[in-house]
Amino acid sequence: MEPSPDVVVVGAGVVGAAVALAAARGGLRVVVLDRGPVAGGTTGAGEGNLLVSDKEPGPELDLALLSLRLWADVADHVASVTGAGFEFEPKGGLVVAADAAALPALHDLAGRQRRSGVDATEIGAEELVAHEPHLARDLAGGVLYPQDSQVQPMLAAARMLQAARRLGARIRTGEEVMALLRSGGHVVGVRTTAGDVAAGAVVNAAGTWSGEIAAMAGLELPILPRRGVILVTQPLPPLIRHKVYAAEYVADVASDDTGLESSAVVEGTRAGTVLVGASRERVGFRREMPLPVVRRLAAQAVRLFPVLADVSLLRSYAGFRPYCPDHLPVVGPDPRAPGLLHACGHEGAGVGLAAATGHLLAQVLAGGEPDLDLRPFRPERFAEVRV
Amino acid sequence: MSAFEFDGSPVPFAAGQTVGAALWAHGIRAWRTTRFGGRPRGLFCGIGVCFDCLVEIDGRPDRRACLEPAAEGLVVRTQVGAGRADQQI
Repeated sequence: MEPSPDVVVVGAGVVGAAVALAAARGGLRVVVLDRGPVAGGTTGAGEGNLLVSDKEPGPELDLALLSLRLWADVADHVASVTGAGFEFEPKGGLVVAADAAALPALHDLAGRQRRSGVDATEIGAEELVAHEPHLARDLAGGVLYPQDSQVQPMLAAARMLQAARRLGARIRTGEEVMALLRSGGHVVGVRTTAGDVAAGAVVNAAGTWSGEIAAMAGLELPILPRRGVILVTQPLPPLIRHKVYAAEYVADVASDDTGLESSAVVEGTRAGTVLVGASRERVGFRREMPLPVVRRLAAQAVRLFPVLADVSLLRSYAGFRPYCPDHLPVVGPDPRAPGLLHACGHEGAGVGLAAATGHLLAQVLAGGEPDLDLRPFRPERFAEVRV
Repeated sequence: MSAFEFDGSPVPFAAGQTVGAALWAHGIRAWRTTRFGGRPRGLFCGIGVCFDCLVEIDGRPDRRACLEPAAEGLVVRTQVGAGRADQQI
């Protein structure tokens, strides 16, 4: 019989995969469980954004900066172990303002981000076309963020899990966690549809469904779905170099509005398709494709890139971004249930933040001090607010 | 019989036929080459879903031959890869 694992990771999305790989690289025995396939939830319905440009200075930006550095290392490691990559591209981001009235806020944000270690360069209206030849000619200006990068998120999750398996990790898909095994107040494993798995620790990386796992320990974790729609064009020759988005996107990311918000985020992919995000709606887990959202995103993309006006959409898809009331993820051990750790609630930034989340949790699992202060991400913070 | 032009030669069509159907009826099965391998492509799904039958019509790339109604005087050309060579950066 195999020895029981040091860690069970619940969730085979990009965050669970990053935790599994970092823990396996640290020498821990890892089992990954998912009720569905690899990248079957939000990871398979995203764009693969690794952004620092859209984040206000603070703990999430610090996490994103660490994660960007670590993604380069993960990409190297995965390529050396599996002989294949996941389309990691440090292509840079370009945030543009259509209206001159939006420029002061954009420049102010860039200035504050620079003081937090972000590389941000203001680009005048007449210089935009040199960076992005197909941009609309009547934009007011922008800011270039060379650190912004991109991965193909499903490939990233799959390749990280493949690399973790080379280090002995076990990946068990189609196996649902039904309960947490408890001993006293401690979490000591999981009960799945295939039996019990005893483990030294359990990591909750169940994404938008992480509240269900926390509830199995009698804990409340306020993680809710925010629906995001992404459009996929027909394959095109290279037309767009950067991740290009409208300045309004930053405000949408941080917004608490319950209605529809959308601002175009446009990027090319290696496959040739152009992806257009990003809408945000709080409509629960409703799966149907909202045509007005598709229409609005398409119009916003054409506003930035008139060349897209006669391009056909191949398809569109929607995903559920897991958000917390304070828009920060939940990363770290849960003192209310020793043995249970969380790596969830990353909203629309889960792909970008995955590498750092995995790295920091692996440090905690190994009994060390994490490189970054995890207190802003502590799971019990919501209960404190209520008291 | 009415006709449109395909790569410089006339292709006859019946009223109501699509460009793709007329090309097939005329014995032409391929009118696009793939982006990476340069392999021939023509009708696949035939109902507007798969985007395999893309062709250049009157200078516009990416027209779906299976949906475009044939019309007198159309100038249809084989599409090389994703077309739009003039727009590529």
